[in-house]
Amino acid sequence: MAVSSNDVKMKSAGIGIALTVNGRAHRLELDPRTSLLDALRELLHLTGAKKGCDHGQCGACTVLVNGRRINSCLTLAVMHEDDDIVTIEGLGKPEALHPLQAAFVERDAFQCGYCTPGQICSAIGMLAEARAGWPSHATVDVAAEGTTLTGAEIRERMSGNICRCAAYPNIVAAIRDIVEGVHR
Amino acid sequence: MIGQALNRVDGPLKVGGRAAYAYEHWEAGQPLYGFIAGATIGKGRITKIDIARAERSPGVRLVLTHRNAPEQNAPDFSITSQYSRAFPVLNGPEIHYYGEPVALVVAETFEQARAAARLVDVEYAAEAGHYDFAARQNNAYAPKKVNAGLPTDSAVGDFDAGFAGAAVKVDQRYSTPYYFSQAMEPHAAMAVWNGDDLTIYVTDQILAEGRTCVASTLRIDLQRVHLISPYIGGGFGSKLGLHHEAILAALAAREVKQPVKVAMTRQQIFHLVGPRPTTSQRVRLGAGKDGRLVAIGHDVTMYTNPEWEYAEQTAATTRSLYAAPNRLTRHRLTPLDRQRGEDVRAPGEAPGLLAVESAMDELAYALGIDPVELRIRNEPARDPERDVPFSDRRLVECLREGARRFGWEERPVSPASRRDGRWLVGYGMAAAIRMHFQGTAKVRVRIGRDGIAVVQSDMTDLGTGTYTILTQVAADALGLPIERVRIEIGKSDFPESSGSGGSWGAANSSIALHRACKALREKIEHSAGEPGDLEAEGEVAGMWKEPAYQAYSIHTYGAHFAEVGVDADTAEIRLRRMLGVFAVGRALNAKTTRSQLIGGMTWGVSAALHEEAVVDTRTGAFVNRDLAEYLVPVNADIPDLDAIVLDGFDDKANVLGAKGLGELGICGAGAAVANAVFNATGVRVRDFPITLDKVLPGLPLAEA
Amino acid sequence: MRPFTYERATDPRAAVAAVSRTGAKFISGGTNLLDLMKLDIEQPSHLVDISRLPLKNIEELPEGGIRIGAQAANSDVAADRRVRTRYPVLSEALVAGASGQLRNMASIGGNLLQRTRCPYFYDTAAACNKRVPGSGCAALDGFNRVHAILGASDACIAVHPSDMAVAMTALEAEIELLGDQGARRVAIDDFYRLPGDTPHIETVLQPGEMITGVILPAPPPGRQGYRKVRDRASYAFALVSVAAVVAAERGTITAARVAFGGVAHKPWRSVEAERILTGQPATMANFRAAAEAAMAQAVGRGHNDFKIELAKRTLCRSLAQLAGELRRQL
Ligand SMILES: Cc1cc2nc3c(=O)[nH]c(=O)nc-3n(C[C@H](O)[C@H](O)[C@H](O)COP(=O)(O)OP(=O)(O)OC[C@H]3O[C@@H](n4cnc5c(N)ncnc54)[C@H](O)[C@@H]3O)c2cc1C
Ligand code: SF4
Ligand code: FES
Ligand code: FES
Repeated sequence: MAVSSNDVKMKSAGIGIALTVNGRAHRLELDPRTSLLDALRELLHLTGAKKGCDHGQCGACTVLVNGRRINSCLTLAVMHEDDDIVTIEGLGKPEALHPLQAAFVERDAFQCGYCTPGQICSAIGMLAEARAGWPSHATVDVAAEGTTLTGAEIRERMSGNICRCAAYPNIVAAIRDIVEGVHR
Repeated sequence: MIGQALNRVDGPLKVGGRAAYAYEHWEAGQPLYGFIAGATIGKGRITKIDIARAERSPGVRLVLTHRNAPEQNAPDFSITSQYSRAFPVLNGPEIHYYGEPVALVVAETFEQARAAARLVDVEYAAEAGHYDFAARQNNAYAPKKVNAGLPTDSAVGDFDAGFAGAAVKVDQRYSTPYYFSQAMEPHAAMAVWNGDDLTIYVTDQILAEGRTCVASTLRIDLQRVHLISPYIGGGFGSKLGLHHEAILAALAAREVKQPVKVAMTRQQIFHLVGPRPTTSQRVRLGAGKDGRLVAIGHDVTMYTNPEWEYAEQTAATTRSLYAAPNRLTRHRLTPLDRQRGEDVRAPGEAPGLLAVESAMDELAYALGIDPVELRIRNEPARDPERDVPFSDRRLVECLREGARRFGWEERPVSPASRRDGRWLVGYGMAAAIRMHFQGTAKVRVRIGRDGIAVVQSDMTDLGTGTYTILTQVAADALGLPIERVRIEIGKSDFPESSGSGGSWGAANSSIALHRACKALREKIEHSAGEPGDLEAEGEVAGMWKEPAYQAYSIHTYGAHFAEVGVDADTAEIRLRRMLGVFAVGRALNAKTTRSQLIGGMTWGVSAALHEEAVVDTRTGAFVNRDLAEYLVPVNADIPDLDAIVLDGFDDKANVLGAKGLGELGICGAGAAVANAVFNATGVRVRDFPITLDKVLPGLPLAEA
Repeated sequence: MRPFTYERATDPRAAVAAVSRTGAKFISGGTNLLDLMKLDIEQPSHLVDISRLPLKNIEELPEGGIRIGAQAANSDVAADRRVRTRYPVLSEALVAGASGQLRNMASIGGNLLQRTRCPYFYDTAAACNKRVPGSGCAALDGFNRVHAILGASDACIAVHPSDMAVAMTALEAEIELLGDQGARRVAIDDFYRLPGDTPHIETVLQPGEMITGVILPAPPPGRQGYRKVRDRASYAFALVSVAAVVAAERGTITAARVAFGGVAHKPWRSVEAERILTGQPATMANFRAAAEAAMAQAVGRGHNDFKIELAKRTLCRSLAQLAGELRRQL
């Protein structure tokens, strides 16, 4: 649902699209080659989503599209007309953090912070997947119903987000705090 | 306040996605985009370069090649630190290493620049280059010094005689591959000219050196160069110096009279940023039946770029680690036609301890002595080579505490003796040691009428926690709540420090700040009753000027304990749990300290098990040059890993009792994992990383 | 990335018509195509976006099988109740692949058609017959640790990277295609080609043809399992993988399906192994005999020699595990 609208035109405009990001509607004129990640970062200046590899190999660019986590570097912006896109900036502000963002701070679940927006968006998508009962590679019996987010399940499901600072144990702790309702 | 587990003060900005990294600054307006085109040969020269197609490509504003790039200074190799030297780019038709930039294409959008970079047509006359480290060992030479100005060789007693006479001997060769830092933030820079002033938003660990490099490369006044690097997406040594992207952005921005930003692609980083040199190491340990070492020998050969000589101090910690009357360490360099080697987290110590601490495990096995006990038996009373006292050596304490907490006594004593379902289970341990360095730093602190203390320095925070610990130090020294302290770092115009690198940034800048605060408090007392803006500076001198560093051997220590599982059929190796116990003097922040240490330990795990940049010896290219093929650990690789820090205070190191720890975690960590793999399987792999293909032949076939 | 024009297809027939333009290509999840376009390996001049086509459903078929729409996301298929309970090998293979984010993007059609991860294929400066027919194969004498041990040729030793397709091969899936000549179905084993002299032609898909779905026949009897061996614990391609289905009665194997991943230019069905297993007692000796038969023709190229033994052991392990589960069931 759009609350306001914003027009951005790229120098090498080609296609006009409507993009809804963090609840705000944008009209973008852009080169069809533009990845969703570059559209967010370079056109809308939403640089929370990071470019770590540009090839789907790190997860730093993870955003939520219609509630699902995806790598925004491997999709074209033009493919997301009318999609509901949420980036880290839409989850919470420094002065009013989302509980998971707060848990990341509390648990020191990052160091340099570069992978962090991707980790947090990914975790939000992951928690929804687990609630929906999706199996993972860590699931002993994929046919079984329901998902219990054990440490092994969280680690496997978060393995699409590389943290070179290697805050992994702290990332898992932060997510567990949310799962167990420590942060509200 | 100091030492407390304060949350990172920059945390909310980072988790909110609002911390601006090098490629993310908009205050100078819309920049143009630069994209690097790299050489597709490893050695030779450009015979023809045709930029017509690229120039005609939509949106292209500039194509820089060696033919139109402005002249730049050549590096002055008499300058010790490679990161302060000029770093010219596109300065001739010669190609020195695979991927070397041959052009920069600047266009209005990123896509236009990338597409046009492909249209630069280059023809080369390739020459036969030397790319094969193993094949070139005979060409090794002795450098004058190794990294950090340390001596190339050392000898105490009579190694040959001591080793020859030893009752039990280990004489093994180990190899380590090319490793890369691969920080998550790619190397990036945006250059903005304002008249003669050049501002570069950059991702750089040591701004003062970066500034010197830019000024001397571009032949401009140092005062005209302003580097801005408030947030750094990890560095691990790879951003100690600036690279092609910064110089190219500066050259191009001057040409097009508009800001230009350039980022390396992940693939380009493998050819444009230096790797940790690949090494071949021979370790010789001679001991009596009681396990006491009589001889330690550590010979290291590694690659170097022929011009940009770089020698990791691979055997340096071997000089201080264990007692033995007869000792020998040597570093040799094999020139190869490859990009310069650069510092990667714990340069030298990390690969050196992989070898030495593996060898100690081999010795313990040969002697039938508990590896922990073996190390305790070889604890020196004084630094065995420098013959000075240790300032604060607590290795034995780390070993004992770690063994106790980890449950070391539960270990499978003989190799390949424990099973958990399909998993062969093994325990391994290793010691950690790292030299503590101190460099110069200046910090300014100012207090305004609003009662807010503002701290300024050109220090950087690459995730280490500088913002947070400086907040704590200032709050402590000035008696202020942390909300009234503001840290301004990451600008080269601020008072000069030695930046972040070699784990010295935290201690250097904290001491300088501590002194600045003391001076400020004196000023406040003197100016009693007159509120106003007051400021003071504090300074710390380099270790070479500090008598304590001559009189004492100052190190940090630790002990790693690892449990691995090796699949009995497929030889897949997975870490099960790991614990490190460390003595680092005083930890300035319990939370960020632990984070640094577990991060380092994780690096050790992947140095042992995953990471390896493979060279195609036909071309000099790194074959597996992306994050899908150069495997760094993912979350699932690190199940249960923790670090414990012993309470401490090293009064010889500095007034705060603090020492560097950002690299200690990796030191020895890989060897603990490697030793656990041996304990699990009975297979000793000496060529790192220990991938399943190397273990598989040693595993018996499964029975029904 | 070369410039291209973009259109979004609204129905399958229109999509097929749209892609008949020269240089046109379908884009679905984009996770493989854009990866390759960024490196100039794929250079389409027109993209037909099929990601919103109504081909996302999973339907029951009258004979007990299911039909999976080509546009269904890998994650949705992995999580589907029917797939999880009746085709667990497929669910397991899907969740063993890529990452959570990528599986949310990747389509079934795109997964089938993803291209090799051979590093020389990814390097436009290297010789590669698959990328530039006739240019040679840099992997033959290069770093070939991840390359094929079965069915390769001197023109190409690349492997197909998909996990999903290996499970589908064991399940004897059929690929449903739509072209301007109409619809057809191809058995998955016939869908993929071996490299021969034309490694750039990877499937029997005709130019302009679109995958509309995958048909899984009623599940074969027995226990199913997917075992993937890789260098790190997650988010890595297979060195070797095995999809197996084993049925047994009183300790004797009555039916078996075996397919390998990471060993060949296509998912590698081993009828040799299946033949040896069928009618034999479920013992390690017989598993090993099946593994030997499966790898009888295997050839290493140096760095990948270990894959031969690894594939054998992985198969034995999978069979032992499935047989163990069968025993527990009795
Ligand atoms: C870092 C990384 C790790 C990965 N790891 C794994 C792994 O471990 N295991 C694994 O199996 N896979 C892995 N993958 C690959 C991933 O599964 C594929 O990229 C994905 O399945 C492709 O699906 P897509 O819909 O995104 O395809 P696209 O990229 O959209 O398309 C791929 C190709 O198929 C064509 N195409 C797509 N749909 C159709 C159709 N319906 N009809 C005709 N042609 C079509 C396109 O034209 C294109 O040529 C990984 C990918 C990445 C980036
Ligand atoms: S193995 Fe195949 S894909 Fe790889 S370089 Fe050779 S021809 Fe190309
Ligand atoms: S930037 Fe998208 S996955 Fe790395
Ligand atoms: S916090 Fe630095 S990469 Fe994760």
